[in-house]
Amino acid sequence: MSAPTLQRPAPDEADLQRHFDAVIAAEHRIEPRDWMPDGYRRTLIRQIAQHAHSEIIGMQPEGDWLLAAPSLRRKAILLAKVQDEAGHGMYLYSAAETLGADRADLTDKLIERKQKYSSIFNYPTLTYADVGVIGWLVDGAAICNQVPLCRSSYGPYARAMIRICKEESFHQRQGYELLMTMMRGTPEQRAMVQDAVDRWWWPSLMMFGPPDADSPNSAQSMAWGIKRHSNDELRQRYVDMSVPQAEVLGVTLPDPDLEYDPATGHHRFGAIDWDEFQRVLAGDGPANAERIRRRRAARDDNAWVVEAATAYASKHGS
Amino acid sequence: MAHEETVYEALDHASGGEGHWAFGTGFDEPLAGVDTTVPDGVDPVDLGTYCLMLGDDALVLAQRLTQWVTAAPELEEEVAIANVALDLLGQARLLLARAGSVGVLGRSRSRATASIPDEDALAYFREPDEFRSTALVAAPNGDFARTMARLLVAATIRLAVFARLRESRDSVLAAIAAKGVNELTYHRDHAGRWLLRLGDGTAESHRRAQDGVDTVWPLLADVFTPTDVETRLTAAGVAVDPATVRAEVQAVLGEVLGRATLRLPDWPADTAPRGRAGEHGPELGDLLADLQGLARQHPAATW
Repeated sequence: MSAPTLQRPAPDEADLQRHFDAVIAAEHRIEPRDWMPDGYRRTLIRQIAQHAHSEIIGMQPEGDWLLAAPSLRRKAILLAKVQDEAGHGMYLYSAAETLGADRADLTDKLIERKQKYSSIFNYPTLTYADVGVIGWLVDGAAICNQVPLCRSSYGPYARAMIRICKEESFHQRQGYELLMTMMRGTPEQRAMVQDAVDRWWWPSLMMFGPPDADSPNSAQSMAWGIKRHSNDELRQRYVDMSVPQAEVLGVTLPDPDLEYDPATGHHRFGAIDWDEFQRVLAGDGPANAERIRRRRAARDDNAWVVEAATAYASKHGS
Repeated sequence: MAHEETVYEALDHASGGEGHWAFGTGFDEPLAGVDTTVPDGVDPVDLGTYCLMLGDDALVLAQRLTQWVTAAPELEEEVAIANVALDLLGQARLLLARAGSVGVLGRSRSRATASIPDEDALAYFREPDEFRSTALVAAPNGDFARTMARLLVAATIRLAVFARLRESRDSVLAAIAAKGVNELTYHRDHAGRWLLRLGDGTAESHRRAQDGVDTVWPLLADVFTPTDVETRLTAAGVAVDPATVRAEVQAVLGEVLGRATLRLPDWPADTAPRGRAGEHGPELGDLLADLQGLARQHPAATW
């Protein structure tokens, strides 16, 4: 004999979807315990993980100059910046965990190259000017990409991005300030700055991703409110922002086709080498192997530390 | 939308006021506002040399800890190690600037151009034999267990010294010590907690923690022996004789190791000061080569 059950009828999937769509349409936020379509969850995990991986891998190119920073003040600034990047990685992995992902598993996917990170970090840092140019151009491009994500439809991601964008804008200013100082320095220092700009300008334009026509996932992500502007729109905004900054700095951006168009109010720029982008993205950049090798070493060489912490916690209940 | 546009506007003013810049960019005069008068009856050369001892220990250990960045066991530890290194770097900057302010620059000033501040002249343009750091901080990191064992020992000693140095007749040293005590309390606590986890974690972590402790302990041989400078300045009420912190340091280390289920090694026999007298092994030269190389390639540059 079975007692009468108080089973609530499972909410109809179509109802849940309608509610979700209404939240998105009203520009309200989806929170971790809300129902969401599987595709939305998967896309967000991929996007947030890729972003977290970029922060962590992004510690390496600049971190290469930590030991050699040419003044104690610059060493302190750079160390604080690299530390911030580790912090950003932590917030972002936490945001991904609210969607059911697991940080260790995401790290494994990075190391096994099943998930990507921003391909800009596969270029090497050849001089100290690269530290400044990464701050100015790479962090500048990252901010253009990320500021709209402060309005992402997924609450934990949007909140993480607000904090991250504030810190990134400090980093951008610090990078620019380093370059200004170097431009007032010796002729060798000025040459270093120009050389670094020559090497990083085009890769920074690639940070916005393929042209809209070749960006297959963009339309769905825009509809879900987890992407706010198209790749080409953001890239244009970045170019328009960077040109006057380059003038103030006194460097030449390495694009003979770069020119202001008074009719549109925007700068026209030359063709981007998307073959290079695809090559670096596919793992054939100058530093891909080294970036992953070092991340793997940090995990594997210290696995015994993590095991010890786990064992201690289970013995002592903390 | 409003938020987004505001952030963009802020970015467009890339050469904006100093107030918008983050930590670390406005420290051109690190001792601004502190009374830098040398106390009566104190030889400025002694005072400056003592500042180099404490400053070089901090600089060298900060450099060692920085070697862990991008190689730490967990992201939380990346942040924590960088934090400790930043604290020590901040202490080093203040102490080197103080040495410079009382005229103790050794041969560095003749090698560094005039536009280079004293703290950088001292950090980048001295030779190893002009450094006054102990072998304890210069020793290579080894694995994570040895790194934490060394940090525990170095932070315990430095905290004990700084706690007493808050009463120094030199107002600069007293101010640096007062700020440093809070930082060093955290460093000691952080390293101590790791020693507990590693010592009482797995068989492998226990073995590594014991190895780390055993490797670090002999470096305690010269840390409790005062130099003549420290003896004179202690008599003048300016410095702390390291012999006076021995009992406290041994008690703290003994307690942590006991709780970590680690065997306390024998305390090494005291030797004459070596690092404090400018005698160093090759590991300091290697560390300084990394630290100083770029600055020395561009002696006329400003950064």
